[in-house]
Amino acid sequence: MDALMLARMQFAANISFHILFPTITIALGWVLLFMRWRWLRSGQAHWLTAYRFWTKVFALSFALGVVSGITMSFQFGTNWPGFMERAGNIAGPLLGYEVLTAFFLEAGFLGVMLFGHGRVSERVHLWATFLVAFGTTLSAFWILSLNSWMQTPQGHEIINGEFHALSWWAVIFNPSLPYRLTHKLLASGLTVAFFLAGVSAWQLLKGRVQAHTVPVLRLGLGLAAVLIPLQILVGDLHGLNTLKHQPAKIAAMEGVWQTERGAPLLLFAVPNEAERRNDYALGIPKLASLILTHEAEGEIRGLDEFRGAHPPVAPLFYGFRLMVGLGMLMLVFSWGGLWLLRRRGALGLPRPWLWGLALMSFSGWGATLAGWYVTEIGRQPFIVYGLLRTAEVASTTPASTIAASLAGYLSLYLALLLAYVAVVKRLAEQPAAEYGGAALAGPALNAGSRA
Amino acid sequence: MMGLDHAMPLIFLGLMGLAMLIYVVLDGYDLGVGLLMLGASDAHKDRMVASIGPFWDANETWLVLGVGTLLIAFPKAQGLILNALYLPVCLMLLGLILRGVAFDFRVKVDAQWKPLWNRAFMAGSLLAALAQGWMLGRYITGLQSGWAFDLFAAAIALALAAAYALLGAGWLLMKTEGALQRLALARAKQAWPAVVLGLALISVATPWVSPTVRERWFQMPGLIALMPIPLMCGLALLVLRAQLNSSRVLGKLCWLPFALTVAVMVLGFFGVAYSLYPYVMVDRMTAWEAAAAPASLRFILVGCAISVPVILAYTAFAYRVFWGKAGELHYG
Repeated sequence: MDALMLARMQFAANISFHILFPTITIALGWVLLFMRWRWLRSGQAHWLTAYRFWTKVFALSFALGVVSGITMSFQFGTNWPGFMERAGNIAGPLLGYEVLTAFFLEAGFLGVMLFGHGRVSERVHLWATFLVAFGTTLSAFWILSLNSWMQTPQGHEIINGEFHALSWWAVIFNPSLPYRLTHKLLASGLTVAFFLAGVSAWQLLKGRVQAHTVPVLRLGLGLAAVLIPLQILVGDLHGLNTLKHQPAKIAAMEGVWQTERGAPLLLFAVPNEAERRNDYALGIPKLASLILTHEAEGEIRGLDEFRGAHPPVAPLFYGFRLMVGLGMLMLVFSWGGLWLLRRRGALGLPRPWLWGLALMSFSGWGATLAGWYVTEIGRQPFIVYGLLRTAEVASTTPASTIAASLAGYLSLYLALLLAYVAVVKRLAEQPAAEYGGAALAGPALNAGSRA
Repeated sequence: MMGLDHAMPLIFLGLMGLAMLIYVVLDGYDLGVGLLMLGASDAHKDRMVASIGPFWDANETWLVLGVGTLLIAFPKAQGLILNALYLPVCLMLLGLILRGVAFDFRVKVDAQWKPLWNRAFMAGSLLAALAQGWMLGRYITGLQSGWAFDLFAAAIALALAAAYALLGAGWLLMKTEGALQRLALARAKQAWPAVVLGLALISVATPWVSPTVRERWFQMPGLIALMPIPLMCGLALLVLRAQLNSSRVLGKLCWLPFALTVAVMVLGFFGVAYSLYPYVMVDRMTAWEAAAAPASLRFILVGCAISVPVILAYTAFAYRVFWGKAGELHYG
């Protein structure tokens, strides 16, 4: 395998691992703020135990996000030195603002949020929690601004092969940012919603029901039920935006090889890159055209129009279907779950249904990664869409060195992922007393668990 | 604006240096505490981690700002530097990852796994410290290759680890009491000679390797003007060693060894900075040659001018919240 592919795989491995944890912490930060606020307002102890339980998950997720994020910051330089040389004038300041305004903010207040009880007032603590949640969200804004600019670049000029900013406003608020940012924030919300519901379902299954299990289950399902229709709507708008700016990506997602009117929505097919056609295609006539152009006979440009400059089809085609499929499951499980909860109560939920929810615990990760692969592989062969090819900016580090470090990273990431899931499972099955659930008369400043 | 545009690469060189200095001091003490866990009892290990738990995350962020400034302000140098340091960067990252996650895993896994995560914590701290020292050694000799440079880098790797251990010991003197505090004192005495040796090595090696550095240090009258740096550094080291023999550092003056170690590191930093200025890569690329476009630097400078003071303010706030001896850490 060549150094370029290895460098891409290494970066992809790291960013895939990294993205899992911010996807949790962005929304979980706000959920923790909500739980703490509910406890302060209502005095209901189960919101405090819920807060304490999920704070542990948050701290762990945050640590994993931080260390993989630091790795990312170095890999921009080690893997894509040419990217910073050519596009550094644009990418640099956006990354810089992320570090200065967001990364420091969340890291600075995390200590106070996690361990500050009894040392600061409840009000200051609530502020610290807010600033951590705000920091994670702001971080997503800057990173997605840069990512969106790489997809839909504008506001720059190119002098001697180097990008120079003409309008920072145009660079930051480039055409795909609003859709991508909203899509990502909703994805984070859905990931956390199913994480909350899935872990609660697991507690019900294992007979480890705690005071907060049912309220958190309800919170997770309710959040999911509200967010999933929004996500479907925003996903559709995001798709239309992509069609406008990156038609080759859409053609690959839909498996449209030749430009056609009234294109079918393919439910299944095996894209055949060598013959440039689909095998075993099964589709609904005209639906792709209808969805993408809002006209049954609308025209979708095919991949043949972008020969030599379109992404590989199979990963986009399958990745997109995986993401949408998981989204549909989320719709079924959230609405169906709420309906069952209303009819039968939490303790009367059928076990297969609980198992389904438990299996959906990390469904948000699956959908996020699938969607992320679609959008990032869909940008290939460019690193800045239409303007700068990935191959032009790769590192000159020997392939063997990259392969060795890639193997190192991969094994470490796999081990950490297993450890993460094992710890969440262990926390979920712990009896309440272990994290201060037993004695909760007052603020219980010292009743928390050791961290 | 011409004047500002000309000065901008220097401003960012200063910012990068400042971020790296703050990183080395702040993450230095918490990496150092990780090193000192080697051989400590389980109860001591818990207390040692508790003393750095609320801070390590923000401390590490300064590294991101440092390397971020390299990427942002000197895009033409970062490829060369990071390419030459590819392997130590990978090793450092593996170390930082292991250690960072061990903070959480060691207390959230089943008891039987805790020793494993403690080992990951210590190994990660050691790996990160050694890799950083190695990179420092390679960087200040201009990233040249050859066995002599590797040997020098290896020596600096050990010296930086010792300096971190000294900082960590100073931190524990402030944040702990009793047997653990006495352990920290003993460790500080052990680390001191290695730090002295490392500083001496850097002082001899950099002028030897680079004619630019040699000229700059050993020319009259510059030499006289510069003498305060090594003299004060030596003085701080001697006072530190003397204080480590007195019992006051276990009581009222518990902050002094840490403060003196920080002073040594700051002075050492100024010495190195003076040697290298205005190069981003010594004798190869100056700040102006490596700098990003002025428009980009102006844009980010605005952000720095506003946010760096704010960051320093809330960092100070966080340290004030956790002022005093470290207790057990609780999630409330």
